[in-house]
Amino acid sequence: MKYLLILVLTAVWLFPVYWLVVTSLKTRLDMFAMPPKWNFQPILDNFIDVFYEHRYGLTPGPTDFPRFLLNSFFISLCSIALVILVGMLASYSFSRFNVKGKDTWLFFILATRMLPPIAIIIPVYFMYQRLELLNNYFGLIALYVMFNMAFAVWMMKGFFDEIPRELDDAAMVDGYSRIGAFRKAVLPQALSGIAATAVFCLIMAWNEFLFAYILSGFDTRTVPVALSRIRGESGINWGTITATEVLYITPVIIFTFFLQKYLLRGITFGTVKGK
Amino acid sequence: MIVPAILILLILVIYPLMWSLGLSFYDYSIMLKQSPIFIGVKNYIDIVNDPTIWDNFKLTAYFLAIALPIEFLAGFGIALLLYEEFRGRRIVLTLLLIPMMLAPIAVGVFYRFIYDSTFGILSYLLSVVGIHGFAWYTDQWVIPCVALVDIWMWTPFMVLILLAGLTAVPRYLYEAASIDRAGWIMKFRYVTFPIVKPLIGIAVLFRTMDIMKVFDSVFILTDGGPGSSSELISLRIYREAFQYFHTGRAAALSYIFLVMIIVLTNVYLRFLIRRPAQTVTRELEV
Repeated sequence: MKYLLILVLTAVWLFPVYWLVVTSLKTRLDMFAMPPKWNFQPILDNFIDVFYEHRYGLTPGPTDFPRFLLNSFFISLCSIALVILVGMLASYSFSRFNVKGKDTWLFFILATRMLPPIAIIIPVYFMYQRLELLNNYFGLIALYVMFNMAFAVWMMKGFFDEIPRELDDAAMVDGYSRIGAFRKAVLPQALSGIAATAVFCLIMAWNEFLFAYILSGFDTRTVPVALSRIRGESGINWGTITATEVLYITPVIIFTFFLQKYLLRGITFGTVKGK
Repeated sequence: MIVPAILILLILVIYPLMWSLGLSFYDYSIMLKQSPIFIGVKNYIDIVNDPTIWDNFKLTAYFLAIALPIEFLAGFGIALLLYEEFRGRRIVLTLLLIPMMLAPIAVGVFYRFIYDSTFGILSYLLSVVGIHGFAWYTDQWVIPCVALVDIWMWTPFMVLILLAGLTAVPRYLYEAASIDRAGWIMKFRYVTFPIVKPLIGIAVLFRTMDIMKVFDSVFILTDGGPGSSSELISLRIYREAFQYFHTGRAAALSYIFLVMIIVLTNVYLRFLIRRPAQTVTRELEV
């Protein structure tokens, strides 16, 4: 009885995602059929349309989607590389040294993450306008580094805290410098935790919308911004939109399975542990 | 070596916030080619005297009042359901957590498809159970529908945190309670609840802050409409800044919002850092 309940619950919860995926595999006719079609002949036309569009009155040609996809990849990957590097230095320092005013700094860092993005975006927009960073990769990457920083520092500090200090000390007795001890002794131990942190940051950067929406232009547009173009529109081409969505969320779903061990830590910034 | 991290935050958070604090005392619009005029606290006074902004706050509170209790109760129920070990538990948990990891913008887009009043699956399912002609995009239903999206995404968060709390209760306490012939209500009241309490605090505070900040999913789903029936405070700031171009006023409004969030953040962080929650769960498995 209980298992039945769990089964039904899981099915109901995942239904919207299921419905999205099946819609992306339907023909235009099946998609809008009322009552909805549960059995249908799946097609891949919508996915082809994402990359190759039939423009009315024009010769068919490739869409801009690959560009947006590459932008999303490029911006997310660059930003996590930077945030992990800078965050690792900071979190290791917080974990090992008696930084002056440590609690205050940690508190400050975490507080930056809690601020509503909508409150920050207004001045950042002016700042970027003056610095000519609008529609610029660097501008977006810098902002993504900022907004993942608190998470990266807190999460990785948790992992470093779990590695005994004796390990650093032993390596330094063996003649390694502080940096050497970090690289040879601590880093290999912390690697899986750092990887988990990186994947979390990657997902958050991949999902980010508001900053990208306000600050990007055509050249630097990311996938969520491209998706948002349906806002306020009627006559949406749902086939292409649902197929785009499936392509956009699939990596996140795959990564969620990799992260399952760390999910609780992740959502509480490393402060509540559990396996 | 904490300097680079702090520096990035100072440049991209604190400096912009100082800037917008200054801006909030000026009459300024980016669309007009005139220099800002200092008007003191007039922007703030105008906001307090504007009934439509009070409406935005009320809508945000309404949204919170629907989403938070349901997320908490459903989350607690599901956590109790998943508490005992069973085959495939890990898979079920991971599957349930997927909504939380998805981009709010993507979720908003496909809920628009689900909610659509002509071909959406929701209105079809409702018509099957006898409710015909359900229109979600109306003054009456738009906030509950938007809240449903939030509930779908974030109930799993509650489940995960409460599950951590439940697992923290040592088994021998239940056994001892059984020996004392405590019923399940007594067990819940005197054994489970006191241990889970700090985690409930964390979860509820965190969700309160996040619900107040919700933007992406509502922006794509309703764009604040119909009219301004789902114009949450974050959407109002967006509109003031990037649609009406009342830049100074938007800065002032965002500051009021910011102070509210900062107060909540402080309560939350003190709770998170100072409470024994982390020691309770440190050695446990979910």
